[in-house]
Amino acid sequence: MNLALADIRHGLGRFLMTCIGLGLLMGVALSMVGIYQGVVAEALALSRSLRADLWVVESGTRGPFAESSRIPGDVREMVARLPGVAAAGAITLRTAEMAAPQGILRAQVMGYEPGRPGGPDAIERGRALGGARFEMVADARAGLAPGATVILGGDRYRVVGTTRGLVAAGGDPLVFITLRDSQELQFKLAPPAARRAQAAGTGGGSTDTVNAVIARLSRAADPAAVAEVARRWKHLGALTDAEQSDLLTRSVVNRARVQLGMFTVVLLFVSAVIISLIIYTMTMDKLREIATLKLIGASDRTIIGLVLQQALILGAAGYAAAVAIVFATRGAFPRTVALGPAEVAVMAGVIGAICVAGSVISIRAALRIEPQQALGG
Amino acid sequence: MSADAPLVRVEGIGRVFGEGEAAVRALDGVDLDVAAGEVVGLKGPSGSGKSTLLNIIACILEPSAGRLSLGEEVVWDGAWRIGDLRRLRRERIGFIFQFHNLLPFLDATDNVALAMTLAGTDVGTARARARDLLDYLQVGRRASAMPSRLSGGEAQRVAIARALANRPRVILADEPTAALDSERARVVMDLLRQVAREQRAAVLVVTHDEKIFDRFDRIVGLRDGRIEAVG
Repeated sequence: MNLALADIRHGLGRFLMTCIGLGLLMGVALSMVGIYQGVVAEALALSRSLRADLWVVESGTRGPFAESSRIPGDVREMVARLPGVAAAGAITLRTAEMAAPQGILRAQVMGYEPGRPGGPDAIERGRALGGARFEMVADARAGLAPGATVILGGDRYRVVGTTRGLVAAGGDPLVFITLRDSQELQFKLAPPAARRAQAAGTGGGSTDTVNAVIARLSRAADPAAVAEVARRWKHLGALTDAEQSDLLTRSVVNRARVQLGMFTVVLLFVSAVIISLIIYTMTMDKLREIATLKLIGASDRTIIGLVLQQALILGAAGYAAAVAIVFATRGAFPRTVALGPAEVAVMAGVIGAICVAGSVISIRAALRIEPQQALGG
Repeated sequence: MSADAPLVRVEGIGRVFGEGEAAVRALDGVDLDVAAGEVVGLKGPSGSGKSTLLNIIACILEPSAGRLSLGEEVVWDGAWRIGDLRRLRRERIGFIFQFHNLLPFLDATDNVALAMTLAGTDVGTARARARDLLDYLQVGRRASAMPSRLSGGEAQRVAIARALANRPRVILADEPTAALDSERARVVMDLLRQVAREQRAAVLVVTHDEKIFDRFDRIVGLRDGRIEAVG
């Protein structure tokens, strides 16, 4: 005979309403955990998709994500000739706004040379970029289907394929265009500015500049050793993929990560207080019943079991509601809510611990109830 | 009335609440015996010490002086002489309350069975005996009803069944007929008399209810914490 379950069944409507309310609160906390994980996942998504072992950037910078980096386009050939390098590709990276069918679209525009490292590793719909100009592959987050056209830098681009899960550290979707289109977009001066630069004798004609060169290494090569060789060129710097990933998570999205982490802690604290109050109220509502139980000889274990089981059932039901709510709605979030079995399990453990800790005060209060209270005296 | 040795023996029991000038003497040198098969009424005005005496006999309130014995065993003599008082209450004392105090989330059968499962009886056996007890108290047809669906008289019979669940030798009742009309009050008292007779239990009933005074073997009056009259 389970008293906790019997009591819940008796007040099922009220219990379910409490669970839904608690589920919404836990859902917010769970979403924050997912957004926290999503920020990290988004920051690393591009770097992982590119499968780069080495990032060659402008000397003294930690580009191209953390800092601006500009290097000549021919650096790609130099890097490709380094011992241990299997393939190298030049990339450009900039944030731009474009006129899309659904309105102004902000995206991270990445230029790369088709056939060389720098493009997306998987195409969800359509095809990858070929050699033609003014073609674009866009991430699904941009909301562009194959065949759609967008106006970027005054030119009309046609979307030929889409990717999934490739977004910039700031959450903007990534779009890929050819390196040549990108270089013109990024470095070509507008005609009046070009005329002024020529008149001043400062050039302005060449656009063969890139933000970084990425390299894939042969299996036997040591990324740190190849990076060291690349750094010997005084105008270049080099980061291994591990260093780039570390930079992305510790520097580029660090503030957002810490902010979200702290907010998650605050939410969990608020959840803990509310759960404790609900458990306390549930316990005090049964003051006379607990006194009666004690009077007819129930042991402390029975009383503790009643309070603790109800706290855990409440936590479990509320958390199940939270998981259902978050998984049903996470597609509507503007940024990735990255929740896997590990995050859900860890959060379940945290909620369980909160329920146990939250029931301590109620258990102490229940154990202090005197059996005389059942007699009304 | 039975000539057996008393199942409840209260000797010179006193109880003081508070200390110093604020001290209130709720009971002062009370002596009372209740024998097996005997139904004793405890009456008195409010504040006379009836509930205090009942709580002491129920082992939920510690006396300040005197000696309390249940059967052959001394329970309190300057200090509690039994370590596990809840076990003692579970196994040897049955309680009937003014407002039945049934657990609202258990049906009639489980309210009765609960007292037995707390004492270690398995649920199946406890439920079977609970149904027998409800039949015995003529409320078996309401065995699966929740307390909120029971009438006052039915609820009080279920409460009596719960009090009898572990076959206690001492039954303590705190104004068990206060919420009942005259007819149902007499039925409840007749049931208690039947239980006392058939199970050789000592029944002590706190009451103000004059319409049931004729159902007691003996009535003990309390005033200002002292035994006033025995009738």
